[in-house]
Amino acid sequence: MPDPEKIMSDIQDIVGELDALTDENAEQYLTFVLAGEEYAIDVLRVREIKGWDKVTTLPRTPDYLQGVINLRGTIVPIVDLRKRFNLPEIAYGPTTVVIVLKVFGEEHDRIMGIIVDAVSDVHNLKYDSIRPAPEMKGYVDNRFVNGLATINNKMVVLMDIDALMSSAEMDEVEQPAA
Amino acid sequence: MSIDLSQFKQSFLEESDEGLDVLESGLLALDSGTADDEVIHAVFRAAHSIKGGAGTFSLTEIASFTHVMETLLDEMRDGRRAISKEAINVLLNSVDVLRELLDAARDDVPPEMSRVNEIQAKLEAVLNAGNNQATEDKQEAETESEQQEPEADGWVIKFHPHEHMLRTGNDTVRMFKELAALGDLENRVNLSGLPEFEHMDPELSYLSWILHLKKNEQQGAIDKAVIEEIFEWVEDDCDLSIEPLTSEPDDTSTSEQNDSPQPAEIPVSETITAADNVIPITGESDAQTVPSKVPAAGVQQPAEAQQKSSTRKKKATETGSIRVGTDKIDTLINMVGELVITQSMLSQMGEDFSMDKIEDLREGLAQLERNTRELQESVMRIRMLPISSSFQRFPRLVHDLGQKMNKKIELKMFGEQTELDKTVMEKIGDPLVHLVRNSLDHGIEDPQTRLAAGKSETGTITLNAYHQGGFIIIEISDDGAGLPRDKLLNKAIEKGLVTEQDNLPDEKIYDLIFHPGFSTVDQISDISGRGVGMDVVRKNIKELGGNVDVRTEEGRGTTFTIRLPLTLAILDGQLVKVGNETYIIPLVSIIESLEIETDNINTIAGTTEVYKMRDKYIPLVRLYEVFDVQPGTHRLQDCLLVVVEGDGGKAGILVDDLLSQQQVVIKSLETNYKRIQGVSGATILGDGTVALILDMSGLLTLAKEIEPVQNYQNQTYANG
Repeated sequence: MPDPEKIMSDIQDIVGELDALTDENAEQYLTFVLAGEEYAIDVLRVREIKGWDKVTTLPRTPDYLQGVINLRGTIVPIVDLRKRFNLPEIAYGPTTVVIVLKVFGEEHDRIMGIIVDAVSDVHNLKYDSIRPAPEMKGYVDNRFVNGLATINNKMVVLMDIDALMSSAEMDEVEQPAA
Repeated sequence: MSIDLSQFKQSFLEESDEGLDVLESGLLALDSGTADDEVIHAVFRAAHSIKGGAGTFSLTEIASFTHVMETLLDEMRDGRRAISKEAINVLLNSVDVLRELLDAARDDVPPEMSRVNEIQAKLEAVLNAGNNQATEDKQEAETESEQQEPEADGWVIKFHPHEHMLRTGNDTVRMFKELAALGDLENRVNLSGLPEFEHMDPELSYLSWILHLKKNEQQGAIDKAVIEEIFEWVEDDCDLSIEPLTSEPDDTSTSEQNDSPQPAEIPVSETITAADNVIPITGESDAQTVPSKVPAAGVQQPAEAQQKSSTRKKKATETGSIRVGTDKIDTLINMVGELVITQSMLSQMGEDFSMDKIEDLREGLAQLERNTRELQESVMRIRMLPISSSFQRFPRLVHDLGQKMNKKIELKMFGEQTELDKTVMEKIGDPLVHLVRNSLDHGIEDPQTRLAAGKSETGTITLNAYHQGGFIIIEISDDGAGLPRDKLLNKAIEKGLVTEQDNLPDEKIYDLIFHPGFSTVDQISDISGRGVGMDVVRKNIKELGGNVDVRTEEGRGTTFTIRLPLTLAILDGQLVKVGNETYIIPLVSIIESLEIETDNINTIAGTTEVYKMRDKYIPLVRLYEVFDVQPGTHRLQDCLLVVVEGDGGKAGILVDDLLSQQQVVIKSLETNYKRIQGVSGATILGDGTVALILDMSGLLTLAKEIEPVQNYQNQTYANG
């Protein structure tokens, strides 16, 4: 016997999403999981999602720059977001995925990949449902966060992928590895 | 319906660039007297096209400027004006101005008008000064045409289009309308050429006309040039004669019209033959009198203009287009066709495959491999351009500099059709210019010195290009003074680069000119001689994976030989293994590979390692340490030493193992990331993984910077 209340709330969710789908003031976001936390990125930036595969390491680059992969003839750098945010490292498992993104840079656009624990879903978010993030310190600071939103009663961090992956940012943290 | 013109602007600008090249080379040909009458026509058409295009895109500055040029060229073309050195110089300057204007139009910025006005004034001065013949023809024709051609109440135009004229998009109706706007037009059409209706091709033109154009009261006299302009675009596609209208217009039959010559052509060829005898080669002393200021101004500007054009080129490369011959495209399509056939053959085989077909499969795969390789080669050929596009700037350069320095110089160019990669071509331009300037400035002596040395007064600079293996060789040679061996050696000793005891072989001494800050010229000129050049030349060429050498004989001349890879897209590489990583060392930088004898490893202060190779000590670079990867072994006996040559000399690179040698396709890391020191790019190996291509110069520099992490002394002993 299905719970009528559960069905009702599911229907409301669906109606809400359909609403947002036709709404000009909404955007679709891809959410992913990183150390139990939910993050979201603009789905239009996502080029593809692929399973974790071996990378070729680049010498003398920041630790979190895992290396480069061959994406149909293009050399694409891959960033491990756990390492980037200084989260505890885990072994790459079957759900570990690489999200290949288009990043808008100052000089030219680039294709880069991020390694995350798992991807979860695509959600519609209305602009007015996005809340500003409070002042934060640490590895994820306000520069990288566009705002916070609530999906299924869970907080989701909307990432500014351009700021995170911008070359200036990559340079800043870079130290000679040796 | 409105048409968005902006989409055509880019092609207009590109075509104009080509037009300017035609203009420039044509003018130089006229100047050196090697031109036939086709050249001046080409020059005129180029100017005319630019003017027309500029008008369409509302680039009024360009249109009005080109108009003045065109008028001048038109007079030269019609033989109304002799082709003078002065005029050519001003026209060459005008080409520079046009380049600037076009650059401004490209970047959508307002052009620098002061220089435009200055040159335009010069052009007009040339146009008006000594315009005796021209005034009769043109200016008086406008004001007092009665006096000049008293019988010309109008013109008889016999116009017989060739059959295919309509296919070129020209419309007789439109031309007649324009004519009718000039005066009273009477038109008699000759239908005799018309075939039977069933044989008629609607795309062909069968008619011919005799037109009587009479001046009327409102418009006044009609200039012949105006009529010619109307027929400008069809002059190659028709028989045309324009004659003054006499009181009794004769009823010429059509057959005569067909034979009627094109009167405009004849006087031109006469003038040019005359000019052949008159115009001296560059640097003649009489050039000093009148036009000396003009070329002097002109010499500076090409340098600036070149700088500008090179920066522009860089900008242009990002969205740059390339013109490819249709033959290359056809080959490509053929090959894709073959590839498709091979593919369908293989897939058919796969549908019901059994082991007895294994031989067929092998054959099919071999064919596929052949197809792929051929396809790759053809695709590479698309990027290949004849080097003439890089050579074509030199006639101008030699012309201008020769005049400035009062040297007589003849430029010979060979192998202009030799092809090389577009990217290589763009990057080799500046070093080439530098070398040619050097030859001009330091190589070729002035006429007096040459005569005294028993040489011909005119110096020769030769540019030669040819293929050799996978390389293109470009030679720049002059028959000038050659490099002074002793002077070079003294200078080097003075600078402390070598000692007197060193006893260098000659080639090493000549090689010193590539050393930074090395110039033996007593007098520094603004052309060359500051000693900042040759080292940069060598550096640039090395960056392209090439090399430059000098051969010289004192008193006989100097030859620079540039050796460049044909393409930057493919590289011959040696795959090496370090730990789990595979790297690629460019084959050109490898001298030899050897097994390590631990006895030959020595340490300096316990931190720097050198390897004794025969009688020399070379620094030892542990690649795993520089790149911070886990090596497969610490036992040096198991490692191999790859001896390479980088910018800073030889060095031994320590690797775990040598794998195969293969051609690799170079991929840029900068597209999606950024440059990494010691790595020039990446490639994709057969198994789909990425391997990094090492940049030897960068790697060796990097190795010097890295803090030693351990004391090798202990390690060496431990391992040894």
